[in-house]
Amino acid sequence: MKVPSQPSGNTAEAGGPEDRLRRFVTIWGRAIFPVTATSLTRAEFEGHLLPLARVLCDALLARPFDTGPAQRVGAGLVDAHCTDPDALGRSLGVVDSYLVLYCGTDAELPAEELRARCARLQHAMATGYAQALRERTRAEQEAIARSALSARSAAEIALHATESRFRAVFDGAAIGIGIADLEGRLVEINDTMTRMFGGVEAHVRSRNVSEWVHPEDGPHVWRLYEELVRGEREQYRVEKPYYRGDGTVLWTNLTVSLLRDAEGRPQYQLALMEDITERRLLHLRLRYEATHDALTGLPNRTLFFERLEKALAPGSAGADTRFGLCYLDLDGFKAINDSLGHSVGDRLLVEVADRLQACATGPGEMVARLGGDEFVALTTGTGGEPDATALADRILAALATPVGVDGRDLAVRGSLGVVEGPAGERTAAEVLRSADITMYRAKSAGGNRFALADPEADARAITRHGLTTALPTALERGEFFIEYQPLVHLDDGSVHGAEALVRWSHPQHGVLGPDRFIPLAEDTGLIVPLGRWVLQEAVRQARSWQLENPATGTPLRVNVNLSPTQLHHPRLVADTVDVLERAGLEPGALCLEVTESALIGADEDLLKPLRQLADMGVDIALDDFGTGYSNLANLRRLPVSVLKLDRSFTRGMQQHPVDPVDLKIVEGIVSLAHSLELAVTVEGVETAAQAERLRDLGCDTAQGWYYARPGAPDRIHSLVLADAV
Amino acid sequence: MERPAWAPPGIDISVPSVSRMYDFYLGGSHNFEVDREAARKAMEFLPGLPKIMQANRAFMRRAVRFAVDNDVTQFLDIGSGIPTFGNVHEVALAADPAARIVYVDHDPVAVAHSRAVLEGVEGAAVVPADLRKPADILRSPEVTGLLDLDRPVALLLVAVLHFLEDADRPREAVAELLDALAPGSLLVVTHASYEGIPVDQERAGGTVEVYRSTRNPLVMRSRDEIARFFDGTGLVEPGLVSMPHWRPDGPAEEEDPYAFSGFAGVGRKA
Repeated sequence: MKVPSQPSGNTAEAGGPEDRLRRFVTIWGRAIFPVTATSLTRAEFEGHLLPLARVLCDALLARPFDTGPAQRVGAGLVDAHCTDPDALGRSLGVVDSYLVLYCGTDAELPAEELRARCARLQHAMATGYAQALRERTRAEQEAIARSALSARSAAEIALHATESRFRAVFDGAAIGIGIADLEGRLVEINDTMTRMFGGVEAHVRSRNVSEWVHPEDGPHVWRLYEELVRGEREQYRVEKPYYRGDGTVLWTNLTVSLLRDAEGRPQYQLALMEDITERRLLHLRLRYEATHDALTGLPNRTLFFERLEKALAPGSAGADTRFGLCYLDLDGFKAINDSLGHSVGDRLLVEVADRLQACATGPGEMVARLGGDEFVALTTGTGGEPDATALADRILAALATPVGVDGRDLAVRGSLGVVEGPAGERTAAEVLRSADITMYRAKSAGGNRFALADPEADARAITRHGLTTALPTALERGEFFIEYQPLVHLDDGSVHGAEALVRWSHPQHGVLGPDRFIPLAEDTGLIVPLGRWVLQEAVRQARSWQLENPATGTPLRVNVNLSPTQLHHPRLVADTVDVLERAGLEPGALCLEVTESALIGADEDLLKPLRQLADMGVDIALDDFGTGYSNLANLRRLPVSVLKLDRSFTRGMQQHPVDPVDLKIVEGIVSLAHSLELAVTVEGVETAAQAERLRDLGCDTAQGWYYARPGAPDRIHSLVLADAV
Repeated sequence: MERPAWAPPGIDISVPSVSRMYDFYLGGSHNFEVDREAARKAMEFLPGLPKIMQANRAFMRRAVRFAVDNDVTQFLDIGSGIPTFGNVHEVALAADPAARIVYVDHDPVAVAHSRAVLEGVEGAAVVPADLRKPADILRSPEVTGLLDLDRPVALLLVAVLHFLEDADRPREAVAELLDALAPGSLLVVTHASYEGIPVDQERAGGTVEVYRSTRNPLVMRSRDEIARFFDGTGLVEPGLVSMPHWRPDGPAEEEDPYAFSGFAGVGRKA
């Protein structure tokens, strides 16, 4: 243990003055250490006391006697942080009892003198201690007060800056700001808020926040308010209307926040409000315009779809809700528009809209204009089909009276498609499509009536739609294939060739015949690539038959159908030549079949490519002959070499007895054809008797189930082999 | 301009401050009647409170010297309070004149007083900041300017962690501070506890109640809970012990019984 402040040069031999001084210090230290606040160790503390003890000792013996040093000892105690007055009391006790004992033994002074001096030293110590403690206390009080002041002014400067910034925001804000206490009494509002409420501050201030109700308040608005003032919610944001002083309505985007005090207790509510009255009006107007038809004022397609979707939502208003939809298209409206002008047409539409509106006034009923002369009426509820057909009947009845426009009575007729069913099963688009299809059914049945949706009819129409969209990828995916139906010489029954018939192996619907998809391909233009593919395949197949049967005399020929669109295609000749050359097939082995109707009214431009092909040696067959106008005079100038009699003629041959008129007609056609150097092919031969009769009539070739059904190319191959035997 | 009624108050010296109460326990006069009144009330339950504070000061002195002896001469003293005699900078600068000391306190009066005391003292500064927001402390110009965080720092959390409630996430605050310090840094902690107090818990609880009525509730923690503040450091000998038992200069038996209240320890960051 080290002891600081040990005076150098003094030896502390036992019993000597220095040793006695140290023993005095030890007693002193032990007496006052427990009442000091020092953080020094006891030894360190005694180190502080030692010089003080030495001063006392010296003063006790000094000549002349002076109490001044003892005052400094008292002050020294304070310096050593002996600020507890008990430390003084205990110190004086130690001095009184031990100073003379430990420091006065070798003195030349008499004992009474020493006692008297000791007493006076104690008085001086007490004085010095008291003075020092008073000074120190004053100094420290002053210091802490100064610190508190400086801290406070720093805080105030910061607060003032904050307040100035806040004030600037508060006064200059474009949004209304209001502060109220938790009872709803307004504490502050800014000018913007006053202006929003009509400009009279007193009007705003006079009312409690909780009185600012409006009939259009959302049900949650006041619940949120209560939660906030109870301190259960820090903030909420709502759209809220208020009455202004003049009774007009102010719409606001309102954000309310809870302000808490330093202890976290809810204290005030702060409202920030943005005036959205104008924006809301504009929004409502835009919304109206966006959802209503400008001409008739009826709800438009958008609004109708919203309502329909709501009506179709599963369980929207109970388990057994149903809907009924009437889709109306006016019959012959285009003719009125075209002949009497759009303004008459428009006035007619307005009148129709009014009458329709009057038909659907019940709850859950609505009428909308989808566009043009298409209207819909919707009914919802649980009435079922009777309700829906009753609505359709009302609509037809309403249209029965002619509409007067410009003194002219216009008869109005319409076709209605009615769809009825339970909610939750179909989408709005599906329902509308069904209604559309059904409406067309009503229209094609003569119009001025309604038709009820029929799932099977829908399915057919929907399939047609599905096939059309699937066609392009079907070609890419190789879903088409070709079957061949043999053409047979009637005179000897030998195989003459085969007609290529395209099939679609549809992934869902199975194998589809050309009647199912060729019209669709015609409509979409896909017929051109599809036709080219068929031509390529058939020509390649004909060539491979030739290669497989080099021995059989006349090479097998192949018939390929040409659609009207292909006929008009500018690359018809070039493509055909290209296909033949690539396959290495001579033109004479190809016969292109063109329907009679495709050539009706054909001019020279249209016939030119056919003529070119005929000149090259390609046979051109006139398909389905006898179903069109059968313009016999025209036959001469067509570049055809074959007539294919329609199967309706061969059907006549099946009857018993055979219709003599049919016989005469066929005989005449064959004779005419032969005189024009045209070969005659008959289709649809199903019996031996038919075949015999047709041969007797002079027909050249035939095809039909009697000989063979359409089949895979190797079937033809085997038929040919059979011939050869 | 009229001050808005809802604006927060500035410095409120009508509320007792733990720094000034601490000064009062140590016989100082850097305090106001409101502080003295609270301190006297607390002492009704624990008359030996001044002895606890004294032992706390003594431990801090020893810990600072221990740091200097181990070549850690940078000090970050958070919750430094009112600097009275024998403060960290005095002890540290006496041991090594090149020592660096940054005091941190969230009591504006304590900070203002520290500024006055430190005027003209090179190598020492004070930051007004809160232990609950370590990032504010670490980013302060005083810390970045005075301390070299690439070298070890003695982080002093002496008699301050027990003023943070668990909701203040004191453990995370300590971890965040330690994370910013170099390996070899020291964590110096004293913490109040019911363990070691020479009166029953009910009586000691009276003091806790007094502090609860100030803005700084006192949170007593168990030895195990206090030990967890040292996660990420290794406790130096003799570990987490009562204050007089931590590397004493003299025989601990001579200490006042109150001095053994609570725990003290020093951890070294690996």
